Amino acid sequence: MAIAGAAFGALPEICATTGGDLPNTTGEPGNVVLPSILDPHSPPARLIRELSWLVLGICAGLFVLVEGMIFYGVVKYRRRRDDKTKDEPRQVYGSNPVEIAWTIIPLLIVFVLTLTTVRTIRSIELTQPPADALHVVAIGHQWWWEYRYPDPDGTGGEVIVANEMHVPVNRPVWVRLESADVIHSWWVPALTGKTDLLPNHTNHTWFNAENEGIYLGQCAEYCGNQHAGMLLRVVATQPEEFDAWLRAQAAPTVHDTTVAEGREIFQEFACSNCHTVKGVSDGQFAPDLTHLMSRQTIASGVAPLDAATLKAWIADPQILKPGCNMPSLQLDPQELDAVTSYLLTLR
Amino acid sequence: MTTVPAPIHSTSDPRMGLGERLHGWAVSVDHKRLGIMYIAAGLIFFVIAGLEATLMRLQLIAPLNDVLTPQGFNQMFTMHGTTMVFLVGMPVLLGFGNYLIPLMIGARDMAFPRLNAFGLWLFVFGGILLYYSWIGGDGLYGLGGAPDTGWFAYSPLTSKAFSVGHATDYWILGIMVSGFGSMTTAINFIATILCMRCPGMTMMRMPLFVWLMLTVAILVLVALPVLTGAQVMLLLDRFLGAHFFDPQQEGSVILWQHLFWFFGHPEVYILVLPAFGFISEIIPVFSRKVIFGYPLMVAATVSIAFISLGVWAHHMFVIGMPPWLNSLFAASTFLIAVPTGMKMFNWIGTMWGGRIRFDTPMLFATGFLVMFLFGGLTGIMLAVVPFDWQLSDSYFVVGHFHYVLFGGTILAVFAAIFYWFPKAFGRMLSEPMGQWTFWLLMIGLTLVFLPMHMSGILGMPRRVYTYQPGRGFEIWNLISTIGVPFQIAAVLLLVINVVKSLKSGRVAGPDPWDAWTLEWETASPPPSENFRKIPTCTSARPLWDRKHPEDPDSNYE
Ligand code: HEM
Ligand SMILES: [Cu+2]
Repeated sequence: MAIAGAAFGALPEICATTGGDLPNTTGEPGNVVLPSILDPHSPPARLIRELSWLVLGICAGLFVLVEGMIFYGVVKYRRRRDDKTKDEPRQVYGSNPVEIAWTIIPLLIVFVLTLTTVRTIRSIELTQPPADALHVVAIGHQWWWEYRYPDPDGTGGEVIVANEMHVPVNRPVWVRLESADVIHSWWVPALTGKTDLLPNHTNHTWFNAENEGIYLGQCAEYCGNQHAGMLLRVVATQPEEFDAWLRAQAAPTVHDTTVAEGREIFQEFACSNCHTVKGVSDGQFAPDLTHLMSRQTIASGVAPLDAATLKAWIADPQILKPGCNMPSLQLDPQELDAVTSYLLTLR
Repeated sequence: MTTVPAPIHSTSDPRMGLGERLHGWAVSVDHKRLGIMYIAAGLIFFVIAGLEATLMRLQLIAPLNDVLTPQGFNQMFTMHGTTMVFLVGMPVLLGFGNYLIPLMIGARDMAFPRLNAFGLWLFVFGGILLYYSWIGGDGLYGLGGAPDTGWFAYSPLTSKAFSVGHATDYWILGIMVSGFGSMTTAINFIATILCMRCPGMTMMRMPLFVWLMLTVAILVLVALPVLTGAQVMLLLDRFLGAHFFDPQQEGSVILWQHLFWFFGHPEVYILVLPAFGFISEIIPVFSRKVIFGYPLMVAATVSIAFISLGVWAHHMFVIGMPPWLNSLFAASTFLIAVPTGMKMFNWIGTMWGGRIRFDTPMLFATGFLVMFLFGGLTGIMLAVVPFDWQLSDSYFVVGHFHYVLFGGTILAVFAAIFYWFPKAFGRMLSEPMGQWTFWLLMIGLTLVFLPMHMSGILGMPRRVYTYQPGRGFEIWNLISTIGVPFQIAAVLLLVINVVKSLKSGRVAGPDPWDAWTLEWETASPPPSENFRKIPTCTSARPLWDRKHPEDPDSNYE
């Protein structure tokens, strides 16, 4: 089973070679932050966790209390095997004080819950972006992510990247959320709660990554066939590193003459209809490939990006990510090699 | 009033051939037969939807598994959810209503018996239409075209652009048709309950189950037409190029969500209120106590129904509503916990000081209390909007609502099956088998659904056909799947129990549980017009009054 199977077909193999771990190439900050709501690295996620503990505490208390009552009642008032009495127990039709008590006390709890909820809603939703905030646009597509950054040199235009979002640590990031097709949801639990991306409507979310690392998440609103394969990665690095990354993404492509053949195939076949490579093609439908090889993963995170997966992907994307919107272009082996070599130069 | 118990359903003559007998059922307008057919059809769909769930759990047993294709998995959860809600929950509960309401209020039949039969067959037809999509969904000759857009069918995923073929159309039409069936049944319930109560049965003497079904019928009539309307709009979009939900043409994708959840949230209560009804009948009888606080129970029922119409947007906390709106819907959602809590406490209050017999129905009723409480509390947590921002559409939610629907509704239905089976068929179900069913089911439920809360907290979204290794989801999914065989065993055991008991169960007699409502006054199974002589009602527990003439309930009204 080289690259086969339906679900993210290649991954089991690849994971076996990387020690069963998530794809994480060298040169990037090492620590992968798993998508747990219990491990916040950003103010909104932290606020939510605080509130969650409170609510969990209240509910756990109620749980113990009421289950305790049930079990106590069941044990104490069960009919014993040797109990042969025919008499019915005393009939109690109700009790006003008791019933009023268990109306009023829950009302008070509800009141407390409402107040704390409203307070946290306000402190997250009503926070305004500070002057130094980084503004990023995130666009959900079936089944990948597009991110647009303001151009670092101020020469106009946006820097467009796909799938891996880079941010500097300790700088507020304001994300405008849009959708190109159906509803998606942006969810990186360690950074902030989820917000939907809706067609014909913009939403916002914000976070401030406090530590370097790769924050994992994934699309949380069912968006069709490959919803499960719409994974999210936010790479938080030191500001200098981030600036360097952004400048590199803004830079034009290097024309490597040794792979001219591959570039021609890229342009002749349908690749260029969907993908942009700055200065070569300007397809809008699919992820921008200008600096493809600066990314760690392929197909919005379903497999690590290297020569082998790249080739397998181009040969037939439907094996790696069945149902995705990229067709197999039926290249012969030589063409496949040429295109792969070309893509490998897009750093 | 004792009659000689007949071993099989009294209206079928053992000398008739199978064909004749089936025909007799098919053309019947007797509410009891219709009720049984409703329940039986619902249970068949329960098995189908259970198989779909099993396949999903098999796929998710390990990361990057390939038991199902992505599309196959998406079809499974769509069909599973749709089936459980529309073809299991509703018909089974309406079936019990059909069977029990006339008996409980001392009437001879439903107000509109033929409309009743019409409703049943609409439901059956709707179910078949939905499942026919496996054959017709990709066009007349294509195979495997079941809908794969989720039971919530969010736009624009269900628009022509993203849902090609006819799967979505089958979904719309199947649900719409069976929905019409439910609406006619609801009308019938209301008319029957309001107009056909026996002498002496005032509204405040109705069994709580009847109160709950009345409330449910009203909810059905308020909520279901909204879904039907939305489905008509979607059909117009899909076939005639209207643009209600088309964002390209200034349509609104949120509009669908509002309409859908305006139906969908009350629907949850349509699914649990009858369960509350079962529990409110069973706990008193097996605790040997009158229900604690009857008037408060009625008030709580009505207010739950009322508030449930105002909380729908708690399914939409992540769509970017303004803070004040989020807060409002959070508050109304919290509020619904208050009457629900009252009911919980009143049930416990009923058990308090009783002499509880743990026959199978009572076991299931206790299981209901234990599991439903858990589901209810996680529901309160999800109403905390910021918490929901993290956990909506995650496996936490899947765990939550299965605790409510499976741990609530289905456990209560099992309780009801064991409780009323002797009435319907004149024979008792086997107790030992019933106890096994209970414990297997409780173990299965806990194993399958408790770990889902953990995988949700660790960041696993729902409706994903697979997940990546190394994210911490593996162990929880493994445990979840391990629980499935327990549930399958429990259901199998029930089936065996029913089949065996129909033939050779202990003969029940009219009142095997020493109960107090009117259905226990007539023979088991009841004759075709229910009662030899229309009974009279002297309090909320007419049979108690007759059994305890020295201290009847009517003294305390
Ligand atoms: C046999 C026991 C059951 C098992 C093992 C089971 C399992 C599952 C699983 C794995 C999912 C998919 C979750 C996802 O991918 O998001 C699901 C969804 C669902 N289940 Fe169940 N379930 C069971 C019983 C029930 C019952 C009794 C009901 C209701 C009466 C129910 C109602 C639903 C609904 C409404 C959905 C959502 C479907 C959707 O996402 O569109 N299930 N169930
Ligand atoms: Cu998505």
